[in-house]
Amino acid sequence: MAQPRVLVIGGGLAGLSATMRLAELGVEVDLMSLVPVKRSHSVCAQGGINSVNSLTRQQGDTEWKHLDDTVYGGDFLQHQPPVKEMTDWGPRIIDLMDRLGVPFNRTPEGFRDQRRFGGTLYKRTAFAGATTGQQLLYALDEQVRRFEVEGKVKKWEFWDFLQPVLDSSGRCRGAVCQDLVTMQFRAFPADAVILATGGCGLVYGRSTMSMVCTGSAVSRAYQSGAAYGNGEFIQVHPTAIPGADKLRLMSESARGEGGRVWVPRAPHDPRDPREIPEAERYYFLEDRYPKYGNLVPRDIATREIFDICTTDGLSVEKDRLCVYLDLTHIPRETLDRKLGGILEIYEKFQGVDPRSVPMKIFPAVHYSMGGLWVDYQRSASGGMEEGAPKNQQTSLPGLYAIGECDYQYHGANRLGANSLLSCIFSGLFCAPGVMAASGSLRTLAAEESKGLFDAALRRQEERHEALLARRGGNENPYTIHNELGDLMTRVATVVRRNEQLASAYDDVCQLEERWQRCSLSDTGNWTNQNVVFTKSVGDMFPLAKLILKGALLRDECRGAHYKPSAAMPGIAATEPSAQRLEAEEWCDRFEANTRRWLKSTIARHGADGHPQITYEDIDTSLIPPRPRLYGLVGGDVIEEVWKERQRKATAAQAESPRATDSALPVGAAS
Amino acid sequence: MSRSHASAGTSGADGHASPTAGTTVHVRVLRQDAPAQESYWERHDVPYEPNMNVISVLQRIAAAARAKDGRRVAPVAWDCNCLEEVCGSCTMLVNGRTRMACTALVDKLLEENPEEIELKPMSKFPVVRDLVVDRGRVFRALERVQAWVPVDGSYDHGPGPRISPEQQEDAYPLSTCMSCGCCLEACPQFTKIEVHQRSGESVEQLAQRRDEAYDDGFVGAHAISQAVLFNNHPTGKMIADERMTALTAPGGIQMCGNAQNCVAVCPKQIPLTRSIARAGRAATVWAIKKLFDR
Ligand SMILES: Cc1cc2nc3c(=O)[nH]c(=O)nc-3n(C[C@H](O)[C@H](O)[C@H](O)COP(=O)(O)OP(=O)(O)OC[C@H]3O[C@@H](n4cnc5c(N)ncnc54)[C@H](O)[C@@H]3O)c2cc1C
Ligand code: SF4
Ligand code: SF4
Ligand code: FES
Repeated sequence: MAQPRVLVIGGGLAGLSATMRLAELGVEVDLMSLVPVKRSHSVCAQGGINSVNSLTRQQGDTEWKHLDDTVYGGDFLQHQPPVKEMTDWGPRIIDLMDRLGVPFNRTPEGFRDQRRFGGTLYKRTAFAGATTGQQLLYALDEQVRRFEVEGKVKKWEFWDFLQPVLDSSGRCRGAVCQDLVTMQFRAFPADAVILATGGCGLVYGRSTMSMVCTGSAVSRAYQSGAAYGNGEFIQVHPTAIPGADKLRLMSESARGEGGRVWVPRAPHDPRDPREIPEAERYYFLEDRYPKYGNLVPRDIATREIFDICTTDGLSVEKDRLCVYLDLTHIPRETLDRKLGGILEIYEKFQGVDPRSVPMKIFPAVHYSMGGLWVDYQRSASGGMEEGAPKNQQTSLPGLYAIGECDYQYHGANRLGANSLLSCIFSGLFCAPGVMAASGSLRTLAAEESKGLFDAALRRQEERHEALLARRGGNENPYTIHNELGDLMTRVATVVRRNEQLASAYDDVCQLEERWQRCSLSDTGNWTNQNVVFTKSVGDMFPLAKLILKGALLRDECRGAHYKPSAAMPGIAATEPSAQRLEAEEWCDRFEANTRRWLKSTIARHGADGHPQITYEDIDTSLIPPRPRLYGLVGGDVIEEVWKERQRKATAAQAESPRATDSALPVGAAS
Repeated sequence: MSRSHASAGTSGADGHASPTAGTTVHVRVLRQDAPAQESYWERHDVPYEPNMNVISVLQRIAAAARAKDGRRVAPVAWDCNCLEEVCGSCTMLVNGRTRMACTALVDKLLEENPEEIELKPMSKFPVVRDLVVDRGRVFRALERVQAWVPVDGSYDHGPGPRISPEQQEDAYPLSTCMSCGCCLEACPQFTKIEVHQRSGESVEQLAQRRDEAYDDGFVGAHAISQAVLFNNHPTGKMIADERMTALTAPGGIQMCGNAQNCVAVCPKQIPLTRSIARAGRAATVWAIKKLFDR
């Protein structure tokens, strides 16, 4: 029997770590990417990577607490076993990256240094200067290059994944892809295909993501029948530098190192910020969230910054929304050592030195928590069973998804520095299962009938030719992309309203129709970036629609998804007994909402082009959901009431010994 | 466009009149439709916007798809990804100088030359199309010097070696090399190698012949610097000898004429001449050691 062969699409952190593990296990890997893998989007990550470490451990930290922070930060919208497995693996992953030569910052004694990121009270984040993602990616790229030299990995760079190839039983047998230089099509038979294609920020036009983050690969899998989970959960990063071509991130580490967010108390105060006295500055995050201060979780920071500019009218500038992010109280030397790279970015693009002048920043689309629905095998200890073929498998057997393009780890909101961990973890962890699955196949994909691949090839060639031949259409794909981006940014980011979402859905359908009339300005068949871009724009519509529809249907607030109409305000009463009463009502409402909405949104591509939405229960068997009370007025009273209820519930359970297992059914993506 | 926008640009303050809305940026692009074809100049006019970079200029050109004379033309092809100078994709010759298009700000370029912006593909790599070149040789050089830490594998063996802050600060800048190729474009010793497919030759045969040709050429400053990086890593140095063999082979460090052009153009300000000097010293020591080992 031939060697198992696996096709990995995407060479960011997730794709590279899967490739490395698979090659190590003796699998032959084809590694494909739109850009040379070393230029993947993961290089942009600046801040760092989370894990429990020897220092935090001595301060009382545990893997369990990391799990707790992650699910609490994600508003409990993720199955807990995979997250548990990930946080358990955290220390091992950092150790591995350390061995691979990542130049993590060091303490004077030569240990890895850590910093604190949002949503936790521990310094869990290891970092390498201000280019942690670049350093991690390079370390993996180097290992994969080593395997390439040994002939175990074959790279296909400047290639575009067009569709998975499914056999009559619905199993994925490979893929059809296109060479971006010669524009030739090719079928890749494989025992398994792993998508590691990153986020879909370009659906929002401009974001903090790189130019290849169009979501095209994921959309194509979705259109071929793969289920998509939690699409409406899109993280908007609180601090980005507004730009014409891209919204460049100002990493959370700027706040982690002590950066303070403020606005002048006088609207649009024209003075130089350095001349505004302390008393006339409003440090609104510190004021409203004394415990976490500037390091509140992202969704909250984002909404507060958005609100202070829109609702409170305190934007620094009059005709452009922004607030100050101030580092000027920190010694230059410290800033250069700890934040050098990211400060250079600001300086490079804004022409102002952030070490001496407060930066101007505003939120921007940053991360897709949602992604392809993937499965997992729960282990006896409540984690994920290593080597199980269904780990990270999409609803199409044989097709896997890892990294930012899966929906698995971050629930309704991702904590800073948790993504690099989930990417490397899902890549390393899925490999043995993928291998086991390919070994168990009756027939290897290479021996599958040729007809299957020929048909898929023909389909893609026809789509391509039809696009090139489309003459006389007067629509421009670049304009349509801009319009789509503006629309999505307006209605489906920080604040969501049903009327707007509903009408935006219609607008997207119209844009999609107009896209059908795009005519290309390049009809050649050599390095035709025009047709590749046009295809990717076409594939954004299914994603935009499932985001909008998911958001429209979800009538609650959870993590990054915020609807004013469903908000649960804090406690208005001041008199203790009235407060308690309100807190009881608040908790009733919270419980009802949990029953109704603590479910993953599952979208499937309908034959009519519209998403079919269903909901899936979530395994919260490890940590029972509890209200997220960051900064809520009367939060302490609610917490008290909540804890009492929990105690009662536990006591009741203890009395009936045959209480049913609290684990909810998982698996089937219905 | 408001005044504050104009002064946010880099000129303005020092008396230069910053372009404003309504102004046009003139761009001249050296195009080439495919390998082995003639190149030709094409002019484009793009409306000025504050804070523009060369990428946004190219995006406007792609969207308009019309040359200055009104002819419908295919969009200019170019490479980019991160748009924040960390992926190494977008290297090109902007106003004659090798640099990253994403950090080439229009305001600054117009200070250099108020008449127009000139865009050309890198000259040391085969043109694929327009501003897109084939930089496979950059990565091939990393294979030549075995730019990796030879770990046993991905199984858990505890943390890596203890490393002092000084060592980390020494290694980190070298580790930020994004394989952009600017240092190679500027290097007089690094000359273009272009291998064309022969009739009847398979893709694999071509790739092999190309790699062999690359391996005869100068390995380049970036690869020398990577060799220094790994030879100074506690585990990386376990294969230092193999790297030294590569560095002292034909096309190795002895080809460097020490012109120092490389360090001047590296967008990451990597201390390349320092790396080259370190590698040179190590090569001398190594040659002597080898002499005695015989
Ligand atoms: C500016 C920024 C800073 C960040 N900082 C942090 C941080 O400090 N800590 C943290 O934990 N997270 C951070 N994140 C998030 C994190 O960087 C990403 O989630 C992560 O890098 C995604 O990695 P990935 O491997 O899933 O995909 P990517 O790195 O995005 O790689 C995707 C790969 O898929 C390929 N691909 C895509 N489509 C196709 C196709 N159709 N055909 C073929 N190939 C395709 C691409 O070429 C690429 O190789 C940051 C994100 C941004 C935007
Ligand atoms: S110093 Fe050496 S590598 Fe650098 S430009 Fe000169 S010859 Fe080239
Ligand atoms: S050394 Fe500098 S110029 Fe050369 S490839 Fe690396 S980053 Fe680019
Ligand atoms: S686009 Fe990444 S370096 Fe310019």
